[in-house]
Amino acid sequence: MSKAMSMDFLRPMTWAEALAAKAADPEARPILGGTDVMVELNFDRSRPSALLDLTAIPELAEWELRDGVVRLGAGVPYSRIITELGDLLPGLAIASRTVGSPQIRNRATVGGNLGSASPAGDAHPALLAAGAEVEVESVRGVRIIAVDEFFLGPKRSALQPGELIRAIGIPVTGGPQQFSKIGTRNAMVIAVCSFGIALHPAQRRVGTGIGSAAPTPLRAHAAEEFLGAELDWDGPLDRAVANRFGELVAAAASPIDDVRGTAAYRRHALSVLARRTLTWSWEEYRCV
Amino acid sequence: MTDIQVTSPVRDGVGASAPRPDGTLKVTGEFAYASDLWMDGMLHGATLRSPHPRARILSVDLTGALKLPGVEAVLTHEDVPGAKLYGVDHADQPVLAIDQVRYQGEPIAVVAADHPETARRACALIRVVYEVLEPLTDPRRAALDPSYEKVHAGGNVVRHQPIRVGSVFEADVVVTGEYEVGMQDQAFLGPESGLAVPAEDGGVDLYVATQWLHVDQDQIAPCLGLPPEKVRLTLAGVGGAFGAREDLSMQIHACLLALHTGKPVRIVYGREESFFGHVHRHPALMRYEHGATRDGRLVYVKGEIILDGGAYASSTPAVVGNAASLGVGPYSVPNISLDAYGVYTNNPPCGAMRGFGAVQACFGYESQLDRLAEACGLDPVEVRIRNAISEGSRIATGQIVDMPAPLTSMLEQVRDLPLPEGVSTDLRDLPGGVANSTHGEGIVRGVGYGIGIKNICYSEGFDDFSTARVRLEVIGEEAAVLVHTAAAEVGQGLVTLKAQIARTELGVPNVTIAPADTQVGSAGSSSASRQSYVTGGAVKTACEAVRERLLELAAKKLSHDGLALSGGKIVSVSGIVVASVAEVLGDDVIEETREYRHRATAPMDQLTGQGDAHTQFAFCVHRAVVDVDVELGLVKVVELAAVQDVGKILNPIALEGQIHGGTAQGLGLALMEEIQVAGGLIRNPSFTDYLIPTILDMPPMRLEILENPDPHAPYGLRGAGEPPTLSSTPAIVAAVRAATGKSLMRIPVRPEHITGT
Repeated sequence: MSKAMSMDFLRPMTWAEALAAKAADPEARPILGGTDVMVELNFDRSRPSALLDLTAIPELAEWELRDGVVRLGAGVPYSRIITELGDLLPGLAIASRTVGSPQIRNRATVGGNLGSASPAGDAHPALLAAGAEVEVESVRGVRIIAVDEFFLGPKRSALQPGELIRAIGIPVTGGPQQFSKIGTRNAMVIAVCSFGIALHPAQRRVGTGIGSAAPTPLRAHAAEEFLGAELDWDGPLDRAVANRFGELVAAAASPIDDVRGTAAYRRHALSVLARRTLTWSWEEYRCV
Repeated sequence: MTDIQVTSPVRDGVGASAPRPDGTLKVTGEFAYASDLWMDGMLHGATLRSPHPRARILSVDLTGALKLPGVEAVLTHEDVPGAKLYGVDHADQPVLAIDQVRYQGEPIAVVAADHPETARRACALIRVVYEVLEPLTDPRRAALDPSYEKVHAGGNVVRHQPIRVGSVFEADVVVTGEYEVGMQDQAFLGPESGLAVPAEDGGVDLYVATQWLHVDQDQIAPCLGLPPEKVRLTLAGVGGAFGAREDLSMQIHACLLALHTGKPVRIVYGREESFFGHVHRHPALMRYEHGATRDGRLVYVKGEIILDGGAYASSTPAVVGNAASLGVGPYSVPNISLDAYGVYTNNPPCGAMRGFGAVQACFGYESQLDRLAEACGLDPVEVRIRNAISEGSRIATGQIVDMPAPLTSMLEQVRDLPLPEGVSTDLRDLPGGVANSTHGEGIVRGVGYGIGIKNICYSEGFDDFSTARVRLEVIGEEAAVLVHTAAAEVGQGLVTLKAQIARTELGVPNVTIAPADTQVGSAGSSSASRQSYVTGGAVKTACEAVRERLLELAAKKLSHDGLALSGGKIVSVSGIVVASVAEVLGDDVIEETREYRHRATAPMDQLTGQGDAHTQFAFCVHRAVVDVDVELGLVKVVELAAVQDVGKILNPIALEGQIHGGTAQGLGLALMEEIQVAGGLIRNPSFTDYLIPTILDMPPMRLEILENPDPHAPYGLRGAGEPPTLSSTPAIVAAVRAATGKSLMRIPVRPEHITGT
């Protein structure tokens, strides 16, 4: 095989080496579980100059809880989020259960999900609802990007050349969280659309996240503001409020028709998911 | 001698759940599939395919590809030394495109290089200049509008088969419906693969995953300009077939490259390429009108079935024959006017898939029976019972069903099975599954029924036979049997079954199955649920011939009359063991080769469709219980119950696997499996968006397996692989209709069809 066709494989053993490698070759493609990257390579959809394998860096596969925030290493696989973080990050844990198959959940990571920046990424709505922040780093230093400013377009993120995702900071709200997704089979499916919700009782605020129904994952701002104004935090959930919340979530989306579903169906399904997840969250909140 | 019965049970003979020799290897990932073939020094082939469904090829420039280091051959149609066209039914498909392309993915050039990546890069360096034309993608116009442009010079109708019976087309109750079946894919897991090795005699040895070695040989040899004996095929590990390997894919290409370079050449398709590399199930447009008395007895059926065969004929003619002859289902209908068409378009080529024309029709006629039940105020099972055929009835072709056809009792049996309990609270049991879209909200339960009729073996006058060579000798002081056939093990378990038959017939536990190759006569295709019947019949017949010679030998050597073979021993009339098989054989080797043919079939009349076109009919009934989230349009199939008559159970566990698998494939067609085509282009060529059922989609099954023997078939068996694929689809859709009240005229049913959004 000629040299022009070759692809370097870089395997830094430390985070500093990884940042140096990325600085030396900004086109190098970071790879963790490989559940997105390898599909792209196998389908010949992208051809990076190098693969930057980050799986040897121990701290990426760790998480810690400090000052009410979980700092989740970019390389923690979904299967560990399910088993280790179900209490602290319930929304993300529910979303993690919907990712691929058990084999994929053993490999795939939130860092990789963010790196791919797909509108359909299963982690994104939960991160948006929880108000997470993405910690990125390059040889120039560390930047913290609010997750709702991280997604710029389909598969485009706010990562600058040379930057790698180090960790995700996710506040522990203590409030109920939910995540729901639509797929046309009952497991192992990419979202037709998805929705995440997080109650922030201390702030009397509700966070939202919409997936697969716009060029990027996004928050339903008007729906959040509506709940902020209309929710009676000391009473039962008013059915009319839940219905209106669903409508506002649907209105926040800008879905398209594609092989996975129609725009009209996505809007409709989002309104149902929003109403149902709010109802489930409220039942849990009222029971606590 | 032929009436000798083996009285002592033999371990792992016919009727036992003998273990599969390939089972553990497949589960542990150690089984060698065709894509695992390897030879030192082999080259890797890649295929340049058309991105357009219809275009003229103005020029092809190979310069860039030929210059790439590592490339050893770049071939176009000009390099095909023999026939330029091939086809499983008739030769209309170019080995490599000649001046035009008729579907997206049509091969234009092939490359051999020292690395698969190099071969793919070389393909990308081939410059093809196209004049892109508007694709012809409307199958109805292709069938009925003579002014529609032609995909092939001979016209767009590959076959039109009418059925005309009776003349009364008026009735008190009339129900009509227009139905559509999307394009299902076989979605086998082992992509098209093979290794071609040039031989010293100027021929080629091809190791390939296929369904019928000899029909491949018959198509490959003329294109290579070689006599058939110089194109030798050996079956490599097959990772599923379901009809998709009936047509050639990489076979001729790999042989061309191997003969051109003088080196072994392997071609392995990737997953995306595989979606372009094999035929799919014909999509269908169907119109039905059923007339009946007020008490639900059918007076007439009018129907039109249009099957889109895409760019090349493949097996479209035979698919049309099935759709027509089985187009009114397993019902007695005194008056029929039905037209089935198979047409050319610039859509992806379609051909064989499990169920083969009978699947599409079954969705149509079963949906109609439900409409009729509603119109007459009858239970859906009752309306089927009132019209079901039985032994001695005629089907639409006038053929008498001369074998058990206990449809009434099968329908009653499936109806009377206990229903599953109430809605579970486990997410995995709810519509949407672990995606957590409902905790019980919006869920409505529905129950539906479906029944189908499938012809077993090849029909319409085809000379359908199989060949088996059976050798009995002493190896290491033990009697040993070698069974050699060319039949393709495609995962259905034939390798296991052949050994079971040999053990039963010869009473010898030690049976080896030789690799399938073209060094023995044709076995016919691993299609049409026919291998247990035809190759099973051939093995049985060859074993009987061996047994006869063994007893002759025993009579001679032991000077003893009236000997028989029992429990693997030579016994006297009084049942006393006289000798072991090994003692009788000594150094002698007994080898017999036999062909087995099922009874002859006849063509269908071209104008009326009448004729005894089929060998055997098989039946399966399904009851589906579904939970539908009616707000989101998501479905959980809660239970599938099936009653199937198989004549004789040869291997219980393998049979159950066939019924489970066929049912799952029918579930896929009902709810999710579709190659979405727009403007002749495939929009979802991947397992990301071509969805097949997972274990959370396929529910537990309740099976009732009946053994009413067919007197014409070996052991009384009935082919079993296809019938469940027919009836599970309409049963599931009927259940979804019952839950939602929606008419659901198109499959697969999508969520938006249920929600109406």
